[in-house]
Amino acid sequence: MLYREAGDFKTSYGADNQTFPIRFDRYGYYFVLGFAFLVVPLFINDYWANSIVVPFLIYTIAALGLNILIGYCGQLSLGTGAFMAVGAYGSYKLMTAFPDLNIVFVIILAGFVTAGVGVLFGLPSLRIKGFYLAVATLAAQFFLIWLFTRQPWFYNYSPTGMISAPTREVFGVAVTGPRASAVAMYMICLCFLVSLAWLARNLTRGMLGRQWMAIRDMDIAAEIIGVNPLMAKLTAFAVSSFFVGISGALLFTVYLGAAEAGEAFGIDKSFLVLFMVIIGGLGSIFGAFAGAAFLIVGPVMLKLLLVNTLGWPTDLAAHLEIMIIGALIIVFLIVEPHGIAALWRTIKEKLRLWPFPY
Amino acid sequence: MSGQGGAMRDTGTDEGYTTADGRKIGGVAMEMRNITLRFGGVVAIKDISFDIRWGEIRAIIGPNGAGKSSMLNVISGFYHPQEGEVLYKGKRRPKMRPYQVARMGIARTFQNIALFEGMSVLDNIMTGRLHHMKANLLQQALWWGRASREEAENRTQVEKIIDFLEIQHIRKTPVARLPYGLKKRVELARALAAEPAILLLDEPMAGMNVEEKEDMSRFILDVNDEFGTTTVLIEHDMGVVMDLSDRVVVMDYGRKIGDGTPDEVRSNDEVIKAYLGVAHE
Amino acid sequence: MPDTLLFAMEATLNGLTAGVMYALVALGFVLIFKASGIFNFAQGVLALFAALTLVGFQSGQIPFSHLINAMFGTRLHHFGWNMPTLLAIPATIAVMILLAILIERYILKHLVNQEPIILFMATIGLAYFLEGFGDIMWGAEVKALDVGLPKGMSGAVDDMTFAWFGYGFYIDRLELWAAGIAAILVASLTIFSQYTKQGRALRAVADDHQAALSVGISLRFIWVLTWSIAGIVALVAGIMWGSKSGVQFSLSLIALKALPVLILGGFTSIPGAIVGGLIIGVGEKLFDFFMQPVIGGATENWFAYMLALVFLLFRPQGLFGERIIERV
Repeated sequence: MLYREAGDFKTSYGADNQTFPIRFDRYGYYFVLGFAFLVVPLFINDYWANSIVVPFLIYTIAALGLNILIGYCGQLSLGTGAFMAVGAYGSYKLMTAFPDLNIVFVIILAGFVTAGVGVLFGLPSLRIKGFYLAVATLAAQFFLIWLFTRQPWFYNYSPTGMISAPTREVFGVAVTGPRASAVAMYMICLCFLVSLAWLARNLTRGMLGRQWMAIRDMDIAAEIIGVNPLMAKLTAFAVSSFFVGISGALLFTVYLGAAEAGEAFGIDKSFLVLFMVIIGGLGSIFGAFAGAAFLIVGPVMLKLLLVNTLGWPTDLAAHLEIMIIGALIIVFLIVEPHGIAALWRTIKEKLRLWPFPY
Repeated sequence: MSGQGGAMRDTGTDEGYTTADGRKIGGVAMEMRNITLRFGGVVAIKDISFDIRWGEIRAIIGPNGAGKSSMLNVISGFYHPQEGEVLYKGKRRPKMRPYQVARMGIARTFQNIALFEGMSVLDNIMTGRLHHMKANLLQQALWWGRASREEAENRTQVEKIIDFLEIQHIRKTPVARLPYGLKKRVELARALAAEPAILLLDEPMAGMNVEEKEDMSRFILDVNDEFGTTTVLIEHDMGVVMDLSDRVVVMDYGRKIGDGTPDEVRSNDEVIKAYLGVAHE
Repeated sequence: MPDTLLFAMEATLNGLTAGVMYALVALGFVLIFKASGIFNFAQGVLALFAALTLVGFQSGQIPFSHLINAMFGTRLHHFGWNMPTLLAIPATIAVMILLAILIERYILKHLVNQEPIILFMATIGLAYFLEGFGDIMWGAEVKALDVGLPKGMSGAVDDMTFAWFGYGFYIDRLELWAAGIAAILVASLTIFSQYTKQGRALRAVADDHQAALSVGISLRFIWVLTWSIAGIVALVAGIMWGSKSGVQFSLSLIALKALPVLILGGFTSIPGAIVGGLIIGVGEKLFDFFMQPVIGGATENWFAYMLALVFLLFRPQGLFGERIIERV
């Protein structure tokens, strides 16, 4: 009854084209934003921040980025882990080289560095497609991780081979390093996520997004109607890597504090983000949120149930977890290739007509 | 919309002609000179020359495998002929990528519908407006200035085409859900949205029933009438071609065997032997 | 003869034998890709799973014992007997065939006519599932695998090269065996696909699914058949890798190197898989040998992929693949 569009007339193309054309959705969205910015910070504690909320925010950014590349532009990448590492190591080098530079700029710059690297590894996409491209991105994955673990310049010759984030402040509040509070970590990640999600939404609903989707759906036809495939693919790689790089920078500076490339950004990270995109929904902004939430919260719940409640050994729970994730990927691909986002859409379609479906 | 096409008509080299129904046809828009196209050892097109004039409806006909689609692909820049040259507005067109050809004002539809299945009808047609939108990455990312303004302006143009082709009711439907006939119409809409100087139609009526064919013929004629769009079409259905087009090129086994008005072609011996003789006329 | 050249020659020989291993895994990819157009990311995990199962049977492990123990508080681990290798191998083959049937029934059947990229992602899911499943079934600890193949330095090669160059090359006998077995495998697969009815059906399906269906070939049977064969090839690869470096998770990562091998060799060519494997094997050993002083070691991690990447830019269809003509 509340959820309806009848009587909600649009008088301009701008209004017809907005992100949430249905009034109820719009209010829901404002409510969620208000809740995230005003209510959550009052209650968040270290446990919630570290185990669920902060990783969720950070991985959503990565999933948004990968979704632009795979879901919108149709270019499969298995190098997400390495691109996150570029963001992390980029931010580390910037933080140590320019100690006075504000951390927000450091993270954004790290994103741009990653965008550059992404474009470089995206160049082959002009000639190769599908899983051929996936193999090409594997080259990025293994080469970059090798670079970060074997070339001491990248970790400032530290004897452990690890990089660690010094304390940095925003408006006098520490957001990285050991002094950073849960609220500070949460707020900086939330601000980044909300702005980036907004950028992603704008890019995907405009002409660039249409070019990406055209390339995804039928690249040859897209080129014949006038899409420059090189530009479309490279912008997708650049924007996607920018997001992924920021996510990696946040993961390292805010969340982990210290990292080693092979361990923190291995190929399993590439798959984790890929799975978020598949389960959440290819080609959907909401899907990135849903997928990240599912794959961050799910394992935590599973571990709570199996290890803490039933007392199973941790490794057994971990094996069960990857088995379930693998099975879920297959189930989603078979039953609903567009993921949770599509399920959500179906529910909304039904709701629109509820309670009078005819 | 007609302004663009009209301005371009003056660049032809000669006078043109007047059709039976009194439409003025302009000078030469595009000229094929001695085009030869090979795939490995197979010769798809062999030494073909013809021209396309501003404002006319030009048809290319021929039996299966005659090289018609290859010819269209040469015009749209998807295939590059080994020999010969393409002249556009009197100048030799250098070898270029298909998207650059599109940018010069040549739009097309495809034999096997090539719509973007994952997008709505509206978004599909909007992709046709690509070259009319200039907002850069930053403006688009921030949805600011040019980006949002252009979006609304071009939407207005697209809505005109939607009205013209009578597809208002499916505006927001995902293309994958549409029936065949409507998909063909959406594809035409996408090509028209580009406001092309030359419109290429690859078998626009293939697989349609009589009613749909009539609709499509009407749209093609209307487009030509209303916007003065130069149209090149490939078609199997002889009756339709003869009714629609001003001049016809006949191809067989990659060669050109006839070229002229429908009446001239109909009385050409070689054409009758190669093609019409077999058709049920 | 200068020492560097000798060392380089030894590295080349070692590369060749490693290349045989890559080729073995790549072979499984090619089989499945030819028959179903599926790029089976799970092939490496399939090898791991096969090796785990073999070791499990040999040592008389109780399947799922960890899970059962956790659920019911029991302390199961072994049946207390050892299965002879000659029995354990057929038993493992039976498991792989059963797995092929299950994969066909629960995954492939539902994904017919999907885009290749969706199928590819589904096999990534399958890889995860099998990895977790294998660990739960047999436990995740590193296991030694011994099926009675000879191991250690090959004295014959050592003596021979010493006689020739005054320097004995170190070649593991296991790798010589692997080369021999790979040759037999390739030969028998070729004979199978060229001269048997099923082989012909397989090639027909590879060419055109619809056309094959219309002449009465059962697609489902062919898929089970190819996945079974791929499972058996995976078992062979698993035995070889497992005997060399123990059965452990890294096995499935090494198998990932079959991907660049395929890029080089082309996805549909069995000889391509072999040649590609050898090129990668030799290339990465030589590259590491010469570049180690300059840029540091462990370049094997990425050399194969970078080589494939560069190669893709110049010849996207692979060494033996056919040129692709694009159509509208």
